[in-house]
Amino acid sequence: MKTQQQIDRTARDLDSEVHDSNFMGAKLKSERRYATLQRDYDDPDKLRETAGLVKQHTLEHLDTYLEQAEASFKRNGAQVHFAVDDDAVNAKVLSIMNEAGAHSMVKSKSMLTEETHMLKFLEKNGKEVIETDLGEFILQIDDDHPSHIVTPIVHKNRRGIAKSFEREGLGDYNDDPETITRRARKHLRQKYIDADVGLTGGNFVSAESGRIVLVTNEGNARFCMAANKIHIAVIGIEKLVPTDRDLGLFLNLIGRSGTGQQLTVYNQFIKGPKHPGQPHGPEQMHVIFVDNRRTEVLASDCREILRCIRCGACLNVCPIYRQSGGHAYRSVYPGPVGAVLSPLLAGNRFPELADLPKASSLCGACNEVCPVNIPIPDLLLRLRDKAKREGAKEAMKGTPSLVMWATLCSQPTMWKTALSMGHTMNYIPTELVPHPSAKSWQGARKLPKFQGGEFRKWFKNRK
Amino acid sequence: MSSDREKIFSAIRAALDPLPERTAKPDWDPSLVICNPSGEFDSLTAQFADKLTFASSRFFDQVDALIAFLVKEGSTYGYCDPALAALFEGSEAIAFDTEFDHAKINDYAFGITKGSAGIAESGTIMLKDTQTSARLGALAPWIHIAVLKEADIVPNIPAAIERFGDDPSIIFATGPSKTADVEGILIEGVHGPGIQIALVLP
Ligand code: SF4
Repeated sequence: MKTQQQIDRTARDLDSEVHDSNFMGAKLKSERRYATLQRDYDDPDKLRETAGLVKQHTLEHLDTYLEQAEASFKRNGAQVHFAVDDDAVNAKVLSIMNEAGAHSMVKSKSMLTEETHMLKFLEKNGKEVIETDLGEFILQIDDDHPSHIVTPIVHKNRRGIAKSFEREGLGDYNDDPETITRRARKHLRQKYIDADVGLTGGNFVSAESGRIVLVTNEGNARFCMAANKIHIAVIGIEKLVPTDRDLGLFLNLIGRSGTGQQLTVYNQFIKGPKHPGQPHGPEQMHVIFVDNRRTEVLASDCREILRCIRCGACLNVCPIYRQSGGHAYRSVYPGPVGAVLSPLLAGNRFPELADLPKASSLCGACNEVCPVNIPIPDLLLRLRDKAKREGAKEAMKGTPSLVMWATLCSQPTMWKTALSMGHTMNYIPTELVPHPSAKSWQGARKLPKFQGGEFRKWFKNRK
Repeated sequence: MSSDREKIFSAIRAALDPLPERTAKPDWDPSLVICNPSGEFDSLTAQFADKLTFASSRFFDQVDALIAFLVKEGSTYGYCDPALAALFEGSEAIAFDTEFDHAKINDYAFGITKGSAGIAESGTIMLKDTQTSARLGALAPWIHIAVLKEADIVPNIPAAIERFGDDPSIIFATGPSKTADVEGILIEGVHGPGIQIALVLP
């Protein structure tokens, strides 16, 4: 239909099972988030606001903090590298592996390596790479993409996973989640032991101490740094915070916001190669700071989005994401954060994703839940404006005309009639609805029976 | 040709230079992140034990009771930090190596290592690399037992962060390794321990 945008079509055509698991997963996480924060703090907003200011301050002094972090890591015995873009970071990782004569890698979850398609690149260059986060591992064997930044396979169900495991020779068909998990444990255990290199991302970096913080539930990032001798951390330059002390804020927010856990199971603070007396763990640590268009975002009027700590709360609460799922955003970062970040990170491909900022009702829920208080609705408006000014075709496509709506809004009598009679639209077959935009709207919605009127009565009779 | 490092730094400066003013660092007090108590407790250890259990870890303060638990789980062979071996040597019921043997990584049913601190507010066990005798001993076996001194229990996260010192790798473990990746169903014991225990001694 002409008056639907890409994301509407994806939502409409979504398999109902996938829709339900996206929806229920998101709803549950939102409810848990709310319950934990309300239980634990009288004024959770104070935390969010402070955390937002700490990140904004860091971003606005990023040159100073990045320099400090570099010096700290060097002092700690780690090697520091910089990479401007996706090709540079992929090449850097490959050259570290080649220099060390390393053939195989175990990696933990990193959205940044999704941005750079690192897995495919290393495989093309003859390396074995294994994703170790259970969800990411399943995506890898299915050649699929994450649909959520925290729970990457929320769009899949156990039957599909069981079939994939059977196909990969990980046992007979069995769709019991516990069996699936145990089989992955056994399979990946051997991979950790055999691997030469462990690669991780980094949720936060303390500039003062040169500590990377890794936040996981499964313990795979711990394993990626236990059996092998080289640790590579690939980190976006926006991940910095000033001091270890500041981490107290973020650790208390990230688990509660994302999944409603007081703390995520494992928080690791890594500042260099293993302690000399320690028999296990990497003897070399490489930190690669990556730009990949983050400085472009920093220069834009949407720089607040760089505060994002990737908790996923804005996805879970978003009425659009709940209907459309993550793949509808056609990019690495879905949901409200993705609607801002993805078009910006796309560089000159901005026009292709310029419709994403319109995938929002501007209800403001994303801002309300964001642990770093990012004004996402404002940023969405700025990007809509940018798209319009730059004449991005994708942004205009499928935008219904608002003429009918405008007429309705400017004529009080018509508006009143529409309010009380609107639900009769439900009985008109969609094909007979006269206007294409009304047709499109009505095709997917039912209007409730009119119940109001009290306010108007009161307003008229008030003294 | 300038290096990636220079390119990134000059791009950052170019982005920030036009800003008319820059956000100051908020001066926040650690009390901001201390959460509402979940009950009334006589001691930090009692609070720690409560929160530990809430986070699905297990609390022991008697070696005998712990050994009985291991026997009940059928976990009678494992790894133990040599410095802690004396605590368990009297027992006939369990056996252990004090040097981690890679070949036996899947045979060790439990691993006993030192914990560096406990966080009462969240039921978290803190492990430091300098005090952990073998990283894999605290990670690979199904059961991990962190042995803590009562005096090392701190009230909250800011207090634990103050104890970081110069350690190269610190771990906060709050509960067993877990996932909810498959249909949101909670499964414990993904890559790390399926049972996390703190043994707190005076
Ligand atoms: S924008 Fe905010 S709520 Fe959304 S993922 Fe990032 S930090 Fe979380």
